[in-house]
Amino acid sequence: MVSATAPVPTQEKGTKRHTSFNEGTGRLAALLLSPTLIVLVLVVVYPILSALRESLYTSGQRIDDSGFIIQGSEFVGLDNFSAIFSGETGDRFWNAFYNTTFFTVTCVVLETVLGVAMALVMHKAFKGRAVVRATILVPWAIPTVVSALLWKWIFQADGIANSVLGTQILWSTEGWQSVLSVIIADTWKTAPFIGLLVLAGLQTIPGEVYEAAKVDGASVWQTFVRITLPLVKPALLVAVLFRILDTLRLFDLPYVLVGPNKESVETLSILAFLEANQTRYGPAAAYATLLFVYVAVVAYVFVRVLGADVIGEAAQKKPKKNGNGKGRGRGQGEQDASKPTLLPGLTAGGGGGGA
Amino acid sequence: MAVAEKAPKMIDVKAAEAPWWRRWLPLLGVAVIVIYCLAPFYWMVVSALRRPTDQFDNSIIPKVWSITNFTDVFKPGTGFGRALLNSLFVAGTVTILTLIVGMVAAYTLARLEFRFKNFVLAIIITTSMFPGISLVIPLKKLFSDIEWINTYQAMIVPSLSFALPLAVWNLTAFFRQMPRELEQAAMVDGCTPAQAFRKVILPLAAPGVFTTAIITFIAAWNEYLIALSMVNKKSIQTANVVITGFTGTSGRDQPFGSQMAAGVVVTIPLVIAVLIFQRRIVAGLTAGGVK
Repeated sequence: MVSATAPVPTQEKGTKRHTSFNEGTGRLAALLLSPTLIVLVLVVVYPILSALRESLYTSGQRIDDSGFIIQGSEFVGLDNFSAIFSGETGDRFWNAFYNTTFFTVTCVVLETVLGVAMALVMHKAFKGRAVVRATILVPWAIPTVVSALLWKWIFQADGIANSVLGTQILWSTEGWQSVLSVIIADTWKTAPFIGLLVLAGLQTIPGEVYEAAKVDGASVWQTFVRITLPLVKPALLVAVLFRILDTLRLFDLPYVLVGPNKESVETLSILAFLEANQTRYGPAAAYATLLFVYVAVVAYVFVRVLGADVIGEAAQKKPKKNGNGKGRGRGQGEQDASKPTLLPGLTAGGGGGGA
Repeated sequence: MAVAEKAPKMIDVKAAEAPWWRRWLPLLGVAVIVIYCLAPFYWMVVSALRRPTDQFDNSIIPKVWSITNFTDVFKPGTGFGRALLNSLFVAGTVTILTLIVGMVAAYTLARLEFRFKNFVLAIIITTSMFPGISLVIPLKKLFSDIEWINTYQAMIVPSLSFALPLAVWNLTAFFRQMPRELEQAAMVDGCTPAQAFRKVILPLAAPGVFTTAIITFIAAWNEYLIALSMVNKKSIQTANVVITGFTGTSGRDQPFGSQMAAGVVVTIPLVIAVLIFQRRIVAGLTAGGVK
């Protein structure tokens, strides 16, 4: 009995030490958070680990050394990964990797520039601000699949795009034109959204700052580069991070707009999806794992190197690491409360399903 | 709010002194943005309202208005009506489940002080960053083993992976904006913390919960990858999957007219909701940034 109950007091002691002012809060919090955490473990953590395990196995029918057909999973170690990096599959993987990276860089740069421009315009405009705010949500509200179909229709051989441009381009064929059509469609859908978030950031900048800049004789460009950008940077960085993560998992748009098995627009998500569709779970899981690692590295670099404050407002209780010692804790908290914090997974409106 | 209103007034004065082009430039910019956002959407609506016979006519306004495309979409055999109900059921269930589970977690994160709070927040936000495909592939294999393929739960459960972090995040921001004194007063009057949450906080947080519900619903309604991977039986498929699978009457032709009409049907409720609750959604998306 003694040995069975022994660990409990020590555990309590550990909890007490950190919640001295409110005994038992830790346990209550654990109890209340457990449903959410259990769900997340089941639908996120378990699949990720399972994919990692799966990527070390091969499944389905294949022929063994002596020519017999064998069924079921077999442990193959890193074979799936080495297969990815070699030969024809290697070319396909690197192509998908390149496409994914290219879409991410191009789309996010375009969307950020356009988004910031839109935010500046909206910030300056007083007439019609309500109208513009409502319309800017329209591309966001349209499901990605529907917008992909819409752009497919626009980029039809005898569609409006060719007729307006006076061209005869077959947009959905392999080549730069299909890449461009995906970039245009993605930018159309998400640039306004970045604009909305940057606008929220702009509105928290006090007017006095601009007055001071004007008194000091700053030009419009100087004001923008030295004042607006640095002050909007926290909101912008987080927005850009989430856009990058969203574009890295781009699936719906090229899949519906151009189609599967199109080399020019095949992303890592599409490649993994097609493999899984043919029940080649091993290679599919290997692709998915590589994409996951890629996403994780990018996110890590963004948070650590560029200091994107992802937790932002939610973590206002603790003073920021880059900042302002404890004495200013309260002021910091107030400032944070008015700082826009981007919601996860929302920039594309498609949730985890991707851009 | 005070700050937000102050800035415009100041610039307004400046704008009045500025040359005419400086006054009209922002308005022109606004017009450009509105056209940018609405032109493709307008094209979808207009294309849906053409007669199938002049579907490829590129006039800005259709010569003959027609709702044939819409009636075509709902013809028996397309399965679109059923697909809409499926979408509604899946997105609705995801929203309700997410709100029930997420509300408790959000309230905890907003109010209680405990050791691993920031760690838990970081975990929740990190889970939302994972690429959908990394979750879908193992889950697809798992679901085929337990015979969940072609069931609603096979779409609902994986959707929680993006809906739950979203809702917890949004709700935490809303709960945090509410003054702590509310519960304190309720507790002085003899409520337990649970009662204080249920009888005082919940009714007052209704707008925030409602906004979260809309945003979660839109995210779940727009989901494609999971629905495409987990279900291949037509009677279970969601609207997004069915629309992309429409087949034309004449072989390989893509029936764009029907697809645009179906797209309008799928999108219009969301657009109306967005226009009505515009202010709230913007506030929700920026999590309290625009008040």
